[in-house]
Amino acid sequence: MLVNQLCKLVPKQSTVSGISSLIGVANYSTVQQQVSDATVRSYGGLKDKDRIFTNLYGEHDVYLKGAIARGDWYRTKDLIGKGKDWIIKEMMASGLRGRGGAGFPSGLKWSFMPKQSTGRPQYLVINADEGEPGTCKDREIMRHDPHKLIEGCLVAGFAMRACAAYIYIRGEFHLEAKVMEQAIAEAYKAGYLGENACGTGYKFDCYVHRGAGAYICGEETALIESLEGKQGKPRLKPPFPAMAGLYGCPTTVTNVETVAVAPTILRRGGAWFAGFGRPKNSGTKLFCISGHVNNPCTVEEEMSIPLRELIDKHCGGVIGGWDNLLGIIPGGSSVPVLPKDICNEVLMDFDDLRRVRSGLGTAAVTVMDKSTDIVGAIARLSKFYKHESCGQCTPCREGTGWMWDVMERLVTGDAKLDEIDMLEEITRQVEGHTICALGDAAAWPIQGLLRHFRPEVEARIHSFQATKKQSPF
Amino acid sequence: MQSATLLKRSINALSKQSLIIATGKRSFQSSAILRSDALSRHIDTDDNNDHTPFDFTEENMKKVDTIISKYPPKYRQSAMIPLLDLAQRQNGGWISLKAMDKVAEIIGVAPMVAYEVASFYTMFNRTKIGKNFVQVCTTTPCMLRGSTDILNACKHHLNINVGETTKDEKFTLVEVECLGACVNAPMICINDDYYEDLTPETMKNLLTQIEKSEPTKVGPQNHRKAAEGPQGKTTLLEAPTGPICREDL
Repeated sequence: MLVNQLCKLVPKQSTVSGISSLIGVANYSTVQQQVSDATVRSYGGLKDKDRIFTNLYGEHDVYLKGAIARGDWYRTKDLIGKGKDWIIKEMMASGLRGRGGAGFPSGLKWSFMPKQSTGRPQYLVINADEGEPGTCKDREIMRHDPHKLIEGCLVAGFAMRACAAYIYIRGEFHLEAKVMEQAIAEAYKAGYLGENACGTGYKFDCYVHRGAGAYICGEETALIESLEGKQGKPRLKPPFPAMAGLYGCPTTVTNVETVAVAPTILRRGGAWFAGFGRPKNSGTKLFCISGHVNNPCTVEEEMSIPLRELIDKHCGGVIGGWDNLLGIIPGGSSVPVLPKDICNEVLMDFDDLRRVRSGLGTAAVTVMDKSTDIVGAIARLSKFYKHESCGQCTPCREGTGWMWDVMERLVTGDAKLDEIDMLEEITRQVEGHTICALGDAAAWPIQGLLRHFRPEVEARIHSFQATKKQSPF
Repeated sequence: MQSATLLKRSINALSKQSLIIATGKRSFQSSAILRSDALSRHIDTDDNNDHTPFDFTEENMKKVDTIISKYPPKYRQSAMIPLLDLAQRQNGGWISLKAMDKVAEIIGVAPMVAYEVASFYTMFNRTKIGKNFVQVCTTTPCMLRGSTDILNACKHHLNINVGETTKDEKFTLVEVECLGACVNAPMICINDDYYEDLTPETMKNLLTQIEKSEPTKVGPQNHRKAAEGPQGKTTLLEAPTGPICREDL
């Protein structure tokens, strides 16, 4: 029994068969030895030949000619000819998890769409409403590799029996929307989209829809509402979009990066993609590192790369050296901040960041060195969530305002000690009590701050009380 | 004891409020006025009332048809946001009452539906703005890289506060939430263009260039290219290869 459990722990890359042959004779210690050997494998150090986004920095031709030279639209007809089930099977085998933040297995999500036609059209909606503070990866895909996304739309759309894809781009990305539109026009002209997409006889359309500045529209049902021309207020689930989404028809909403990597995965095989990263966290990923690093950049790396290696290797290290590090927000503004001692060891993948009570989110790493006013930085995020709350659910609408208010006072220390617990309680009351996850997203950064930097907050209150006169409110 | 403190507090509050009333500026509010948030309620003005004419130009009418053709015929309302955006562009960066009515009429919905949408999204300006709409991102990633200095540089150079328009109506300055270019922080957006990797000096230069109607460099304002690091790239050093494909396809 124990042996079986241990076998499950061993990463795919190790010789599982070797272990199972041992089972007959193995005692506990040999298996443990196997496990520790297997976990020695280090991650990171992705080779250029294994990178999917080869025009990430826009050095080469963005449009069709350049895209074909880089390997896009290569035998797309054959990919589609393999059939819907094959595509979904390969995606499941690749272990790709949604790149928009939640990390839901993509193959599984795509398979939720009705298999038998219900007489209604089915839609694929691409979520390009990238607005999470720290995140700027989809932007690079759209402006520098638009054909990867368009080809992905066709393949994913075909696999889920969609008749059209709507790419919902945030309103501020004007340039990106223009590039996408031009690339789509090219694809139509070349016969890759339209009545007879890629000569397969499958009819598929692709449209760009620009939003108008609302973070909440990154939530899938709010995005659908917005695409229908209404206020972007999330819907109650169920019914899930796969049953009743855009115009009441079965819809799948998925992130740009998830769809854009699909054709390459299919061409090179699910097993190739699954070979990167730890099991259940496989693949390559775009990381965007901002904040106090010497060389902030967007870079494609292997999943499960240690956070420290990511920063030292690609970002020229933290400003003032690793010892000058205060904390890191590892996955976009919604995930809790991590202090330095956790950052030393943690791996950048879904499960390891979950283990330290944070999350991979969109893999947008925001680095803060010791010069940072950490309370101020989190207070600014609280202001962001207050601004972006759609106002539909009371806990979020009111709670985000309260949280911001208390946070602003904690910045100067103009508060009472028990207000820290009060703030913590508010976050617990907002979290999980709203229709969408914006309430949770507003609560988590504060919870992270209080979990790891409570002494700093208390010190501010003490120093304020010692030096200044407390406001009566 | 506790009630006595409460009483003391409320007396304090009252006296503070009456002081505000006496100065005649503010009434029942004690928090700061948020100038950066757009006004969502309509107030009749000379250039924005029930009689201000608005109609799409012939050229834009063609665009309207193209936009509507993207969506299923039964769901013309999907065109709401793109049409409001088009109307705003034609109207000089802000959207008037009649423009919203016109969009509602084209789509075939009640005007209120258009008002609801226009007031929900931050990119729709309900009041007149200057020719150049300077939107400074001040969310945490930009803040860490010095967006406060950028904002101050704008304020000083233009001699206006956040939410205000210069006298010559050339510039309106607002603070916005994350614009999604955090790797290139601090950054601003003027009208449709992103200007990234700013310093207070380059920010001032940029505003001077725009004032003089000189051409500007969109994107990073220093030597770096797109999202590759300022110290150069660490990946993609080899030229991209052609397609790599499995054998059993």
